[in-house]
Amino acid sequence: MRHRIGLRVGPVSFRIGSDRQAPIEQLRALYAGYPAPDRDIADHNVRLEAPRPWRRWLRPQVRVAGDFELPGAMPLPARHALLAAEMAMNLQMALGHRRHLLLHAATVERGGRALVMTGESGAGKSTLAALLAARGWRLMGDEFALIAPDTGLAHAFPRPVSLKNESVAAVRAAWPEARFGPELAGTPKGTIRHLVAPADAVLRMDEPARPALILFPRFGAAPEIRSVSPAEAFVRLTEASTNYVAMGERGFQALTRLVREVPAVALDYPDGAAGLAAVERCWAEL
Amino acid sequence: MSDANVHAGLLAAVLADPGRAAALDADGWAAVLAMARAEQLAGTLGCRLAGLPVPEPVARWLADAREAAEQARRTALWEAEMVRRALAPLGCRTVLLKGTAYVAAGLAAGRGRQIGDCDILVPREALAGVEAALIAAGWEWAKPDAYDDAYYRRWMHELPPLIHEGRDRMVDVHHTILPLTARITPDAEALIAGAVALENGLYVLSPADRIVHAAAHLFADGDLAGGLRNLWDIHCLLGEGAEAMEARAAHHGLAREVVRAVRLAYRLFGSEVPEESRALRPGDALYLRRLLARDGWGRATRRGTRFGFYVRSHALRMPPGMLARHLWVKWRRGAG
Repeated sequence: MRHRIGLRVGPVSFRIGSDRQAPIEQLRALYAGYPAPDRDIADHNVRLEAPRPWRRWLRPQVRVAGDFELPGAMPLPARHALLAAEMAMNLQMALGHRRHLLLHAATVERGGRALVMTGESGAGKSTLAALLAARGWRLMGDEFALIAPDTGLAHAFPRPVSLKNESVAAVRAAWPEARFGPELAGTPKGTIRHLVAPADAVLRMDEPARPALILFPRFGAAPEIRSVSPAEAFVRLTEASTNYVAMGERGFQALTRLVREVPAVALDYPDGAAGLAAVERCWAEL
Repeated sequence: MSDANVHAGLLAAVLADPGRAAALDADGWAAVLAMARAEQLAGTLGCRLAGLPVPEPVARWLADAREAAEQARRTALWEAEMVRRALAPLGCRTVLLKGTAYVAAGLAAGRGRQIGDCDILVPREALAGVEAALIAAGWEWAKPDAYDDAYYRRWMHELPPLIHEGRDRMVDVHHTILPLTARITPDAEALIAGAVALENGLYVLSPADRIVHAAAHLFADGDLAGGLRNLWDIHCLLGEGAEAMEARAAHHGLAREVVRAVRLAYRLFGSEVPEESRALRPGDALYLRRLLARDGWGRATRRGTRFGFYVRSHALRMPPGMLARHLWVKWRRGAG
């Protein structure tokens, strides 16, 4: 493809191509400081291409494409190319990555130990991760936790944090120095803005951490903290994993080990400040 | 040769002769890996290059692909076992086809192969019983649509696809290997009678019939999508019992398709075939053009050629009047 960029995010690398220059420029800005793939050979290909030739110019659109694609996925307007890139990278990971058990989760680290926060879209895991990063936790990722089957360690996948709607302002208020990508208005998920990953998150992306706490946050509910049994955590995490079935026995072993070794807590919180306080309290009680 | 052709040819060359991998640079690797993904040959490439010195990131990629293929093999064999248990009381021969057959019989074509549906062949008179037994065991219709259903039952060589409610895996029940509307009518009874028993009581086609089926699937049915993988299957099958192939091909009316498969397999993969079967014939170039229609990003190229083969697939499948009616119904419903 005419324009391209190679990126490594933790243990995974991407070759991203585009038929237009603008998306690659935007990616370069958002991912400044990320290394290139080892020996320039990437694990996954992502393509930002027009669904039809004329869609490069006439009401330009971009399709979520790559080694793995979802049939029937709707194209996005070209001004949302960063979102398309993010979705395509997620898709390659979800369908193609087998080296780690993938949990749809945000992960932060402190003192060499990882806090894994999992939940559906809207549970607030990205926002909590950003707010924790603002308070000195190391951001390991806001999309996937990568659990190594042989060691049980969580590996970092620290991409720019995808913040939606009100959470952009909340993070900006808590973290005035934070840098953001362009505003993407009117996406299927509302207004999206990417928080540029903090420098230490990128510098230390190859440093794994031992999971110490699994959190199931739920935003917008009356405050409550409830301990989650290993059995319940197991079931919830199979649902949060994109490759648990594909990994077969290795996936089962990685997940049973995780829930056996790591305590799990369900956390309902009404707002960011209360959520942060509750997370710190759970962490302190470990 | 166009740029795209160079990339696509590169994957074939590396599969045929893994030693060629030593000369690849970063761009060459990127193209080969993207092509392999796009053509469902990632696991095959992983197995072909296992143990060879390759750059570290490539070694990781190949190991992942092998791992995925191993999981696919395990899942396919389990699905075949589920089908066997469901059909055992019927006492009819159940013949595994394609990928599932290759891994069940431990054939070279199964090494690293991506496997989707579980394809089986049963005697046509047993069809109703097979259908009932599968439904009783938890399979259900994947396409609950009256026109599609009637179309499959009246004209196709298989039942409408069934999907298992719990395991989410598809089974395709064939009673012959080409649509009933196609001009060629292979001898399904002979396919089943000549099948070879596996230890677990399931069957696979005889070595010669496997080649005939693979060639029929590639050249007498469909638009050559996934054709490179199918041709690789044929290349592997040619190395494991091609003796009776020509006679069998003639018996099934598929001689033309089989000799074309032999020529193209030799051309792309250097298969061991008799010298007189190697020289390309007019028309072969067009097939090669279609088989290699991808660029270094794994994108489909050559829209005209692809469209031509798409039209051809329909022309092969049914007479013009019937095709017109079929497309009219499909178009009116917007189903495509």
